[in-house]
Parts: sequence; C-alpha cells; structure tokens
Amino acid sequence: MTSSPQRHSTGDLLGHQLHGPTDPIRDVGWDGTHARKGFFTDTSICIGCKACEVACKEWNRNPRDGDLEITGWSYDNSQSLGASTWRHVAFVEQDREAIEAARESGRRLVSLGMPTVRDGGAGSEGGGATPSPDTPLPPTSPPDTPEFRWLMASDVCKHCTHAGCLDVCPTGALMRTEFGTVVVQDDVCNGCGTCVAGCPFGVVERRSDGTAAPTTRRGERKGEQPAVPKEGVAQKCTLCYDRLRDEETPACAKTCPTTSIRFGDHDELVTSARARVAELHAKGMTEARLYGANELDGVGGTGSVFLLLDEPEVYGLPPDPRVPTADLGVMFDRAGIAALGMIGAAVAAFVGARR
Amino acid sequence: MVPDVEAEDFASYYGRAVVKPPPWGHEVAAYLFLGGVAGGSGLIALGAQLTGRDALRRNARLGGLASVALGGAALVKDLGRPERFYNMLRTIKLTSPMSIGSWVLTAYSAGIGVAAVAEVDRLGSRGSSRGLLPLGPLRPVLQAVEPWAGWEAAAFSPPLAAYTAVLLSDTANPTWNAMHRDLPFVFVSSATLAAAGLAMVTTPTRETAPVRALAVIGVVGDVVAMRLTEARMDPVAAEPLHQGHPGQLMRWAERLAVGGGLGALLLGSNRAGAILTGLALLGASAATRVGVFEAGIASAKDPRYTVLPQRRRLEARRAAGVTDDSITTAG
Repeated sequence: MTSSPQRHSTGDLLGHQLHGPTDPIRDVGWDGTHARKGFFTDTSICIGCKACEVACKEWNRNPRDGDLEITGWSYDNSQSLGASTWRHVAFVEQDREAIEAARESGRRLVSLGMPTVRDGGAGSEGGGATPSPDTPLPPTSPPDTPEFRWLMASDVCKHCTHAGCLDVCPTGALMRTEFGTVVVQDDVCNGCGTCVAGCPFGVVERRSDGTAAPTTRRGERKGEQPAVPKEGVAQKCTLCYDRLRDEETPACAKTCPTTSIRFGDHDELVTSARARVAELHAKGMTEARLYGANELDGVGGTGSVFLLLDEPEVYGLPPDPRVPTADLGVMFDRAGIAALGMIGAAVAAFVGARR
Repeated sequence: MVPDVEAEDFASYYGRAVVKPPPWGHEVAAYLFLGGVAGGSGLIALGAQLTGRDALRRNARLGGLASVALGGAALVKDLGRPERFYNMLRTIKLTSPMSIGSWVLTAYSAGIGVAAVAEVDRLGSRGSSRGLLPLGPLRPVLQAVEPWAGWEAAAFSPPLAAYTAVLLSDTANPTWNAMHRDLPFVFVSSATLAAAGLAMVTTPTRETAPVRALAVIGVVGDVVAMRLTEARMDPVAAEPLHQGHPGQLMRWAERLAVGGGLGALLLGSNRAGAILTGLALLGASAATRVGVFEAGIASAKDPRYTVLPQRRRLEARRAAGVTDDSITTAG
C-alpha cells in the first residue's frame, strides 16, 4: 500500500472518504495492480460524426432509444444520455456574440488564477496558459468562422471519484472496478431507481419497464423493434469493462476518427488535457477549459475529463456538481436529532396526559 | 405567484434537463406517507402499552402493521425488477439511505408484526385462555415476547419516520437536496400527526388524550419545520414547492394540518369530531408527502433548478476568494 494510511482509518471512512481527493481504486480495497482508466474527450476536434454512439450501441448491444425522431436541434437525434444511450453527441450552433461570450468566460477562468498543475505532476506545460493580449486571432478551420461555429461534444458517464450513483445504491449492484470505473451489475440490480436520482450529471437511467419511461414509446412500433434486454434495471456506460479486462480500448475511443475521444491512464490523460488547453490558449482560444480535471471539485474529479469550448451548461452539463453523499453526515445528524425530537414528543404527550 | 423567470438568464442545452428524476411512481409517494404512519404508530403503541390503554395499543399496533405492509408492497411494486426485492437485504451499505431504510423497515415490521399478531389472537377471545389463532403451544411464547416486540417496533419507529427525508435529500435532485438540513424535521412531524390522526379515528376518546396532545405537537412541528425549510432553501430550488399541483398540495397540507391541530385541541373529546380531525391530519400528512415528492420530480425536469442554484453557489465561492474547487478549470 502506497497511499497514505489515514485514508483507511474508520474516521476517514465516515468523514473524508465521502468527498475530496482520494484514490477510488484503493478506497474499495483493490490492490492497485491496475491504473485508473478514463476518457479524455477533446471537444475542440470533435466533428460530430456520431461514430462513438454507433460503436457503443453495437458493442454493448443497447436497444433503440425512442423513435429516432429529428429533434430540430442541429444534428442531434439521440437527445441525451440514458439507459440505452451511453455516448451522446451534443450539437450547438453559435454566432459571433456567443463565441465572444465563451471566450470572455474562459478568460475570466484564467484570471481567477486557478492552479493549473497539481501535485507537482509531470504536466509542466500547463503553466503558461494566459495568452498575451497581442496574440493573433485564433485560427478558424472550416466550417467555423469568426461569425459562426459549431460546438460538438461527445458526452459520456463521468466515472466520478465519488460517484453518487454508487454511494446510494442499496443492493451493491453498482460497483467500483479495478480500473476505478463505475459499473452496474445487471444481474444484481433490482431497479429501485435511487442511483438515477443520485447522479449529479443525469447519466444513469432505469431501462424502460413500461411504467416510467421518458425515452421509449413501447407499443407504438415504428419499424423493427426487437426485445429489450436488461429491462427494468439501471444502465449506463461501463467504460467497456469487458473490453478493458481483455486489455482492449473501449469501443467509442477505438472508433473515434479524430482522436477526440482518447482512452488511457487517468493521470496521463489529465496531463495531456492540460497541455492541450495551454496549446489552445496560446493560440488565443481562451474559451478552452477543462471539465472534471480538478480533484478538489464536488465529485473529487471525474474519470472522464472533457475539454470544453464554453460554459458546461451550454452542453447540458452541471456547472457545479456535488456528490450528494458529501453531505450525508449532516443529513444523518439532522435526522437523528429529528428522531430524538419525535421520541421526546411522544414521551411528553403520554406523561403529560397520564394524570 | 408567477416567478420572474426571464429576469435570470441561464444557458442550457435546448432547455433539456441536466439531472434525471428518479423513475418513481406514486407508489413511492404513498410509501412516504404510509411509512410515516407506521413510524408514528409504533411509538403510540408503546406509549399505550406502558400506560395501560388497551384499545389504543391494539389499534396502533394493527394500524402500524397495516401501514407498513401496504407501504412495503408499494415499494416492491415500484421496483424495476420486483422479484429481486430481497437483494436489498443481501448487503448493508451505510452510504445508502435506501439500504439503511430497508433494514429499518424490516426490523420495524418484525416487531410490529409479532405485536399485532398477539393483538389479533386476543380479538374475540374475551378473556378466555383460548385465542383466535391456532397457535397451540406457541401462544405462551407469543405472549412472553409481545411486550418486547412492542419495544423493538418503537425503537425502529423514529428512524422509519426520519430516514425517508434522507433518502430524498441524498440525491442530486435540486429541490430535495436543497431541503437536506431540515426535511427530517418535517417528516417526523408529519409522521407524528398522521399516526395520531389514525389513532383518533380508530380509538374511543377516553383513551386518546395523549394522542391528541401528540397531534398538536406534530402540527406545530410540521408547520414550523416546513416554513423554516423553505426559508433556508435556495429560493430557486424552492419554487417547485409553490407551483402547479405540488404547490396546491403544499397549501392544502398546511390548511389541513392547522385545522387538524385545532380540531385535536377543541373537538378531540367528541367522537365524531375526533374522527373528522383524524381524517384531516391524515390528509395533511399525505398532502405534504405527495407535494414534496412531486415538487422534486418537477425540479429535475427543468434545467433552471439545477443550473441557477449551482451557478449562484459557484459565484458566491469565487466572490469569497475560493477558486480552487470548481469542476471547470483553465488548465
């Protein structure tokens, strides 16, 4: 064991481990023979081809999600992550005003003086992020122009360091793998749905059982509709756990034609993500920023790190997610006081009325 | 009251929700209510057991068992895979309020079940040594463990009434999570007044004096705790509690609770008045639970309730000089 010993004491188990920086693999008792794996999704080079969505569906044999209707949202017809959509490519069209606003909000992030490299890690390039004012205007490659751009981003499960879904799961169906990822064991899950509420990113979903299904319209057959597997249980990205165990790359990363989706050791991905942001900043693209690379954030950092070109909510991501279990101690304390109050009320009522 | 939505601009992805509502139907809302009735009834049954109020003890035990049985059945029915409900009891997870709640529910059910079976056995026996049930040599055993079963059920009654608040709040649901400090006080008060209401409906007034007092305490706690909860919430996250159907339910919950509290004070010694009062109290608790439940579901369906409070707290931390804990970083 190389991690700090206090991380495993009982006090930390109940106090510290629920939030803050930690090694999720050792926290659950794996011996640490595998490095933490993750994705780095660089949206600046995503071309919106949706090959990741298709490869994911094919490999994981996920059923069709909804009626494949055109949404009117640019090229987005899969709408959001869900039980049967584990990669979702978002499309956002922006005009000059929106581009300027994104650039300005990125500049503001830089000026906040956030530390760019933590732990004295190897990523020494992250430092020179602030562009000088006389940097030439950022280059725009077709079809982007200064007047118009497309944001395309392939969203996926974040595989959080502190995963709300995993914390609140009552059956142990959700588990932390030896790769530090979060996986649903579909033969254990009983479909209670608590994880769906526990996820700060709206990723995990119960696959339609016909009673509460925002994404499928069963009974209204439109074309061929084969039987739905794993119905009634929670489903989400496994980071291709089966492929990882065979030392293969997850399907989405393997198929991505532009290397927008990269798979690898989490620490190395974060280092190269920081270098990529610095590179874009040096070109004047101050709108570039990382999402999930900070282990001090509300979920202890994410396993899937993103390079975004605008505020997270533009892509449908939460701007300040916090794992709900971080406040579980407060909640249990308050519930305990309330329960004592309830006993006190009963005692007072019966003693007072005794005569 | 129409809030000024346009005043606060925020970005979203085509207006789509950020978080997902849990796939819970009204079975879960019903359970929030029934579990509360069961929790309150367990305490009342023990109070009656210790103060020699036989009818109150019997009715509270039977009411507790009926509530917990109906509530448990509703929970199982709501599962995506009901036949696997027992997987809840194959592990204990301290970080999962659903896991802890499943064990609390089980422990409570065991106690109240034994105590209620003893009551059923006594029904119609009229003081003879023969009971209603064909228990044979087990009857002395049942009668020996009965008081301890009453204690055991009462021990798990307050946790049963309180844990559902943690279950809702320990989520990324904007409205439920924003209530996490104070919702337990609302829920134990609501459980107390509901169980007192049920006892006032079922039990002759000569035995319900303590229950009427308990109803008044519960009503005061419920109204005060709900108002405090809302006052301490992020104002945007609190909006769903005032709008649409959940808003109507929350307003009716308060009206019925206040009416029930006054009824318990003024009409409780009159049998018909006590029944009306008890029904009002039960209605108040049901409205509170369904209202809170529906408000949370509504809050998850609109990005406004996720994005605006999170933006606000992020900006507040930045304004206070904390810049190292954002999920978005410049590098």
